[in-house]
Amino acid sequence: MTKQVQQLDRVIIRFAGDSGDGMQLTGDRFTAGTAEFGNDLSTLPNFPAEIRAPAGTLPGVSSFQLHFADHDILTPGDAPNVLVAMNPAALKANLGDLPRGADIIANTDEFTKRNLQKVGYDGNPLEDDSLAEWRLHPVPLTSLTVKALEGFTLSKKDAERSKNMFALGLLSWLYHRPTEATIQFLENKFAKKPDIAKANIAAFQAGWNYGETTESFSVSYEVKPAKLPPGVYRNISGNQALAYGLIAASVQAKLPLFLGSYPITPASDILHELSKHKRFGIRTFQAEDEIAGVGAALGAAFGGALGVTTTSGPGVALKAETVGLAVTTELPLLVVDVQRAGPSTGMPTKTEQTDLLMAMFGRNGESPLPIVAPSTPSDCFDAAIEAARLAVKYRTPVMLLSDGYLANGSEPWKVPSAAELPDISTEFATGPNGEDGVTFLPFKRDAETLARPWAIPGTAGLEHRIGGIEKAENTGNISYDPGNHDKMVRLRQAKIDGIAQDIPPLEVDDPDGDARVLVIGWGSTYGPIAAAVRRIRKSGGKVAQAHLRHLNPLPANTGEVLRAYDKVLLPEINLGQLALLLRARFLVDIISYNRVRGLPFKAEELAGVIQDVIDSE
Amino acid sequence: MSEIQNGRGLSLVPKSDVKLGMKDFKSDQEVRWCPGCGDYAILAAVQSFVPELGLKRENMVFVSGIGCSSRFPYYMNTYGFHSIHGRAPAIATGLAASRPDLSVWVITGDGDALSIGGNHLIHALRRNVNLNILLFNNRIYGLTKGQYSPTSEIGKITKSTPMGSLDKPFNPVSLAIGAEASFVARTIDSDRKHLQSVLREAAEHRGTSLVEIYQNCNIFNDNAFEQLKDPAQRDDITLRLEHGQPIVSASKAVRRAADGGIEVVPRAEVREDEILVHDAHRADPSLAFALSRLDEPAFEHVPIGVFRSVERPSYDELMAGQLEEAVGDRGRGDLDDLLLAGDTWRIG
Repeated sequence: MTKQVQQLDRVIIRFAGDSGDGMQLTGDRFTAGTAEFGNDLSTLPNFPAEIRAPAGTLPGVSSFQLHFADHDILTPGDAPNVLVAMNPAALKANLGDLPRGADIIANTDEFTKRNLQKVGYDGNPLEDDSLAEWRLHPVPLTSLTVKALEGFTLSKKDAERSKNMFALGLLSWLYHRPTEATIQFLENKFAKKPDIAKANIAAFQAGWNYGETTESFSVSYEVKPAKLPPGVYRNISGNQALAYGLIAASVQAKLPLFLGSYPITPASDILHELSKHKRFGIRTFQAEDEIAGVGAALGAAFGGALGVTTTSGPGVALKAETVGLAVTTELPLLVVDVQRAGPSTGMPTKTEQTDLLMAMFGRNGESPLPIVAPSTPSDCFDAAIEAARLAVKYRTPVMLLSDGYLANGSEPWKVPSAAELPDISTEFATGPNGEDGVTFLPFKRDAETLARPWAIPGTAGLEHRIGGIEKAENTGNISYDPGNHDKMVRLRQAKIDGIAQDIPPLEVDDPDGDARVLVIGWGSTYGPIAAAVRRIRKSGGKVAQAHLRHLNPLPANTGEVLRAYDKVLLPEINLGQLALLLRARFLVDIISYNRVRGLPFKAEELAGVIQDVIDSE
Repeated sequence: MSEIQNGRGLSLVPKSDVKLGMKDFKSDQEVRWCPGCGDYAILAAVQSFVPELGLKRENMVFVSGIGCSSRFPYYMNTYGFHSIHGRAPAIATGLAASRPDLSVWVITGDGDALSIGGNHLIHALRRNVNLNILLFNNRIYGLTKGQYSPTSEIGKITKSTPMGSLDKPFNPVSLAIGAEASFVARTIDSDRKHLQSVLREAAEHRGTSLVEIYQNCNIFNDNAFEQLKDPAQRDDITLRLEHGQPIVSASKAVRRAADGGIEVVPRAEVREDEILVHDAHRADPSLAFALSRLDEPAFEHVPIGVFRSVERPSYDELMAGQLEEAVGDRGRGDLDDLLLAGDTWRIG
């Protein structure tokens, strides 16, 4: 049978199943094949915090969405074209996101009476007309897998576990994905269990062959490689890019990296990644708690290391006092906050931008610090280097605000060469800096940066004491003098404010230069905002876009940019935290758009919001 | 009986080329403890003892938390870090783990180490980070003006406990032994000779050494350790712990009890060969723990000296070892290789 091949410019696939079904692995492998093929892509993993929620229930559903295209894309996509539903719960939990006409590939074996009842289906939706709006492909994935593995000495349970690879094989056939890398991957992953490796490969190939021979699928699809700038690419998630950025920062700063960290979702993968790279002289310390993690990082910084701590919102709350100590002792320190839904435990695996004001103000006293936020998964690499640059140069703690969406999402990344990266090295103090030529003044400031000397233990003649008590200007001795305190508070603020002169101005993307509406954002909303802006422009609308990477201090021209437009729209995954700051600082009547659902914005949703603002002009 | 390798704790710390004296370790800052505070005696004992170690002054760091004792680093002319309440062990852990060439001292008190910072203390001890922790125990909160502390006796009447405190106190030595400490000692502010001998052993120990120093707060808890200072009774109460020596005071001796534990009995009633001989290097900590319980309930007899001193790899050594091993296996990391590792593809 010759099957029809249809050309598409982009596809959005969502794999959904029970949290034990291996959906994240399936998604990762499909992504790797897609990256290898040369499509542009963007991913959105979405999983419960529970490792194994009760099987077959709605809270136990885990999904992985992948958007791939023959052109550059900005988001993991709003609505899937294809849903792979491994059980009734996966169907029910995801059907609401599925546009009419989309394909549903459902594992019929799991649509048993009991499983249907578990999620509140009275009848079997695969057998009544309730899915008539969609193109349903019922496939007995489990039994086909078991049948394909009959020749193997495997328990039925082990054979059934390979059903995700059968599904991956089928989808790989459907979208013409290369297969060699997945086979190689399975051989490596199960190198110590060759039987399991062979079974998984057999299931994967059986899935492919099923697509080729069955009449359920009469059409397969091709998405041509994207035309991206020349270079060497790899696929990378935000957490991995951030970890690599920290390693690069250590190399480029010529400082050994010390990570003090306590495991927390969704930041733990940075700890895992860095712990693998001891060859770079990296010390990773899994502390007894969040406070010890940042404390050890600060202690290492006092000793001359690039001190880093990685955490999420609840951890930042615990670290606040130590970050304040770093502010007042003026030591370099990197605090990475992979934001998640709060308050309190909130929804650990879901994304949010709700820690901005905590990063800004969440310490006692006047304790300013720079805040940097990456905008895409691969941008976490550059943002980490930039945060380290500021920390080292200005002798200050820096808050790096990633989030769950960036952390777990992935995209192709044009790999830079080490030679292209900025030199962010600094000098330790080596001798006296007093005017008498013999005294060392640990709090005498550099005239330009206002940074104090970094004098590390082991340097003769520079013995000095630092601490949390207010320090006299220059000498650093304990001081309760009212005038000195006022001066030191202002000096610490001026040091951070001055960084505005050392960061790029806020750039505005306004192709024709005549837009009257500006949409501004920060952090991970970059993709959905940019995609929405594209839609508006495609339909003839005019809108300017700007995206903030430095949240404190803001680029020097921020006020000028905001005031140049009739209307300024600011979408945030919080209740208007940056809007509060911009309104207070620039007295601009920002229009906020806020949704706090634990999910990224959709491009279509934002396009609608932008259009409404344009129409209200 | 095992022998410990002396001086290993300082083997990686560079030695001073010149002979330093007590005045070299005094900073120019005015000491601001209350007149009569036991902290003065400890400061003087430390300042006069550290030159003996022969280390470069710039390779010594004093890290403290918050409380009266935690002002200590300001008065030492070394590197110093006066940090946050309870967190000194955590901060010192990062410093010591990344800088094996430093002699790092943590100065803390009973509230700082055992209340707000209890978690960091026990984890530093179990990890065996190369730190010397001096715990000034005055059994009261001084800097906040006289509330009961985690080492105050039950029923303590203070500002926050007008009807008496309800909580059972910690025994710092028992706690440290329970937390897998490799070196645990107790000494007293008024006995400079003993204090300095214990500090010397602590400094030379590789790994975490915890030294509990009974320290008098003459404002809020005066005479808390008076029995141990009063010439009329101190020699009877104080049981000296010296490795290889029988454990005795002037009138008492420690021996194995019939129930398998240990007991304190009048010295006259025991044969010399019945008296327990102290083995600080005993791998099993249960005897050291039993000794730490002898001061219960109320200072009838108090062991002083090194309870436990055993060899165990220190955390910084182990950490550095993994780094060396990783480099040894595959060479020093190269950034370009790292970024290009895994699946890549070329466009154009």
